[in-house]
Amino acid sequence: MNINATLLGQAFAFAFFVWFCMKFVWPPLITAIEERQKKILDGLTQAERAGKDLQLAQAKASEQLKEAKVQAADIVEQANKRGAQIVEEAKVEGETERSKIITQGEAEVEAERNRAREELRQQVAILAIAGAEKIIKRSIDKDANSDIIDKLVTQL
Amino acid sequence: MTAKDEVLTSSAYIQHHLTNAKMCTVDGNIAFNHACADAGFWTWHIDSLLFSVGLGVLFLFVFYKVGQKATTGVPGKLQCAVEMMIEFVDTSVKDTFHGRSQVIAPLALTIFVWIFLMNAMDLIPVDFIPEAAKQLLGVPYLKVVPTTDLNITFGLSLSVFFLIVFYSIKIKGVSGFVKELTLQPFNHWVFIPVNFLLETISLIAKPISLSLRLFGNLYAGELIFILIALMPWWTQAALSVPWAIFHILIITLQAFIFMMLTIVYLSMAHEDH
Repeated sequence: MNINATLLGQAFAFAFFVWFCMKFVWPPLITAIEERQKKILDGLTQAERAGKDLQLAQAKASEQLKEAKVQAADIVEQANKRGAQIVEEAKVEGETERSKIITQGEAEVEAERNRAREELRQQVAILAIAGAEKIIKRSIDKDANSDIIDKLVTQL
Repeated sequence: MTAKDEVLTSSAYIQHHLTNAKMCTVDGNIAFNHACADAGFWTWHIDSLLFSVGLGVLFLFVFYKVGQKATTGVPGKLQCAVEMMIEFVDTSVKDTFHGRSQVIAPLALTIFVWIFLMNAMDLIPVDFIPEAAKQLLGVPYLKVVPTTDLNITFGLSLSVFFLIVFYSIKIKGVSGFVKELTLQPFNHWVFIPVNFLLETISLIAKPISLSLRLFGNLYAGELIFILIALMPWWTQAALSVPWAIFHILIITLQAFIFMMLTIVYLSMAHEDH
């Protein structure tokens, strides 16, 4: 095992390899690594920010939801009130309508009755007159009354 | 190795596995292996160089391809794997080294992956590649784990050592570096020789410990694999599998230690006292 010129050859090869590595191997690789690290860092910060945004949005959404629920409850309550009111109004209206119809009906019935009564009276009069006529026809002879008739004729 | 090969004794087998393929010039001609016994310093371990450079090129090729197609969006599986390494090295560097330097992170990445790959050659069964090379290419010696070659580990650690000295001088200036060597740990002129001795030893110990640690671990591991390969065939699986599994740890750990210590040494070089 003796030292010889191999040592020089190895030293030259070493120097060349280191130079080559320094010039052509190390820079592109370390640049790629560092750039990727930066990319990953950016990505992580963005993800973190997005997470925060999401949290914020969720909080906002739940708040809005709560608000909406309150509003909805208000609206429902109002609607219920309004509904009750409408029903009440309708009831009152119906009541008045009913009483109106009833009074109208009563009036009509009254009028009808009056008319019928009137008619009846006329008929009764006619009947009475007819009856009276018949009675009178039978009981009174023409001679007894001829002086009246004659009188009438003379008056004409 | 089987008992049939009677020519091959155990020690010869081990010796064979621990011998590099050598190349040198003898009288202006290219010569190999035994002919290079007298070539002295100008001998090249072509197997170590081939595998180490090959693995380095493989590493850079794969990482370069991934780097060219790197997307900042959703990465593919290969890109994920490569980015894991980059991220790991980058974190290690940033934890330890607080200055600003364009060199240190790619340097650490190269060291870690390259040494890991070279160490990982240890997990290939010891006879596969040498035997294949012998049968197919007629290569008599082949050592496939580059980090079991002292030249390779010293090649790395001495480069790191020069970087330490370079950055020490660049950041602190020559006078600052000299002061660091002479006025520590005892800040008095009387102690200058003592300080200089201590600091020089600790400075020189850095590359030596760095390379010997890696070499020793891998050499020992390789040797144990070779020894297991000498056992009867029916015991080999029972022994080499646990050792290989344990070795995965050593491989990764040694690559990591080399990288980490390099970062530490260089960050110490960058620090102004």
